[in-house]
Amino acid sequence: MANASVELPPARYDHGGDEFVFVELDRAMSLEANFKAMAITSALQEENLEGVLDICPSNASYLIRVDPDRLHPAELVRHLEGLERSVAPLAPDKAVRTRVVDVPVLYDDPWTHETLMRFRDRHQDPEATDLEYAARVNGFASVGELVEALSGSPFLVTMIGFVPGLPFCYQMVPRERQIEVPKYVRPRTDTPERAFGYGGAFAVVYPVRGAGGYQLFGLAPAPVFDRTQRLADFEDGIVFPRPGDILRYRSIDRSEFDAIRDEVERGTFRYRIREFEFAPAHFLTDPDGVNAQILEVLYR
Amino acid sequence: MSTRSGEVVVVRGGLHTTVQDTGRDGYYSLGIPPSGAMDRFSYRVANMLVGNPDGAAALEATYVGPTLEFTDDRRVAVTGASAPVTVNGEPVPTWQVLEVRSGDVLEFSMLTAGARLYIAISGGVAVPVYLGARSTYTLTGLGGFEGRRLADGDRLPLGEEEIADPPRVGSAVEEALRPDLPDVALLRTMIGLCSYRVTEESMRVFTSTEWKVTKDADRIGYRLHGGRFDFVDREPPHGAGSDPANVVDLGYPLGSIQVPGGDEPIVLLNDAVTAGGYATVGTVVSADLDRIAQAKTGDRVRFESVDLRTALEARADRHARLERVRRALREQGAHA
Repeated sequence: MANASVELPPARYDHGGDEFVFVELDRAMSLEANFKAMAITSALQEENLEGVLDICPSNASYLIRVDPDRLHPAELVRHLEGLERSVAPLAPDKAVRTRVVDVPVLYDDPWTHETLMRFRDRHQDPEATDLEYAARVNGFASVGELVEALSGSPFLVTMIGFVPGLPFCYQMVPRERQIEVPKYVRPRTDTPERAFGYGGAFAVVYPVRGAGGYQLFGLAPAPVFDRTQRLADFEDGIVFPRPGDILRYRSIDRSEFDAIRDEVERGTFRYRIREFEFAPAHFLTDPDGVNAQILEVLYR
Repeated sequence: MSTRSGEVVVVRGGLHTTVQDTGRDGYYSLGIPPSGAMDRFSYRVANMLVGNPDGAAALEATYVGPTLEFTDDRRVAVTGASAPVTVNGEPVPTWQVLEVRSGDVLEFSMLTAGARLYIAISGGVAVPVYLGARSTYTLTGLGGFEGRRLADGDRLPLGEEEIADPPRVGSAVEEALRPDLPDVALLRTMIGLCSYRVTEESMRVFTSTEWKVTKDADRIGYRLHGGRFDFVDREPPHGAGSDPANVVDLGYPLGSIQVPGGDEPIVLLNDAVTAGGYATVGTVVSADLDRIAQAKTGDRVRFESVDLRTALEARADRHARLERVRRALREQGAHA
């Protein structure tokens, strides 16, 4: 298929006070920008540089927290500039080992529906639901078609943050097929835990109940954050998703939702996870082919 | 030197008292902010006074101090905000090594200046280490004492005393080495991040305005009132969202200043969100985060644009001041 490749500008390096270095790879979102953020931050991670406290790959940028008593922030910037020159995220032979995960979602569920109806006065279109509005502004004939598009192609976890464990996910389709919606006119003061939301070009699962401004499309039966680490998938940490994970937000029906909820309650739920060798350059030349392969590996 | 562990009884928890240390490193990329003491200078001095190692967990109390009853002999120090303090009803000095015995009650009156008190107890608060720190992050209930602020009747575990030659009881930090708590806190700030979204005129207003701290001022962030920002016109980049303040979601430095609606900027602090989609216009330098931590609702703050060199000098100054305190305490002699 035709693929209008994105040319990234040179990175912009800036200091967030004396303890942070912020690197903007592009002001617009693209898979290319995220692949670059992931490649540079993983290279930095492997170097185990003295004085680097936190390495945070973000959607089209990245953020480093540094201890300036051990590493001069200006020296860190010079080092990162070096990595920008040496790391080639789109080299033909470049591949990363990643996880592909099936994330069930009950789209148009009663719980987020109840919530969004309470906040119609903060929405662009008080007469429609969030899904109806999103389907219309993205040119889908029905909510069903929109859900099919969301459920059809996988998403890349391009950043974790805001609150613990919240994955920002960008769909792995060319830009012209990206679904985009504005955030609420004024943020809601309430969002159910595990709500599947969408804002800008990003899908998220809210880890905990709280305020939120993303359009509400559904509810995930399984958690992305578990402070008690009761489920096996949380054995290594309280946060499930990792940057670079590939998630498929599969549309499920109410009976499957209830069955998964039951497994979560009993502590027996496990995500369906498969290992996948992901080659960014190859993906960009044939996104639909690679996506088909990802789904094949996931449900094999 | 004694080796024992005990507990302290929280008779009254105060308004918002939490266990804090130097904070949690290494989890920012998962959305977990560092938390930790907001006024790091006062926190560190409190530990120094009671002979605790750097990084021991202490109590941070916002606006209203707790009432604590001790169950064994300890050394205690109170730093940070100014407030009358008593032991068993008798006034005692702050910024000084106090000695308490089993049954003694430490109590606070209304704060007279500043916003946050630090209370260090010899041996440190021995809550379990969680993800490398004892700091409390109340938003998701992580770390500290049961992941929450202290409540009436809590019993906090205390650790063993580790330092062989703690400062002598009565040793004090001289006035000149204590932080001043001015009416208008000057916050040195490195302008940048997404400041390109805001007009130059608005950035000029930003650094010339005295901003008022609103009632939305806590460990997550301080919302300020006093001016407004105009945004530069643009075609929104893909993925950013249509609001003029929107950017493609990115990481927020601790101390960064976001401008969601253009009117009330928010300074993001120790328990803040780690990322989001609003433009940020700069970052308060680490040394001056101590100052905003002592600003309370109704107080005023001002931002001064500085470069990295000045930011690092401010950091070095704070470090030198801490070392002067350490030296001065040593000169006053060790605990018998």
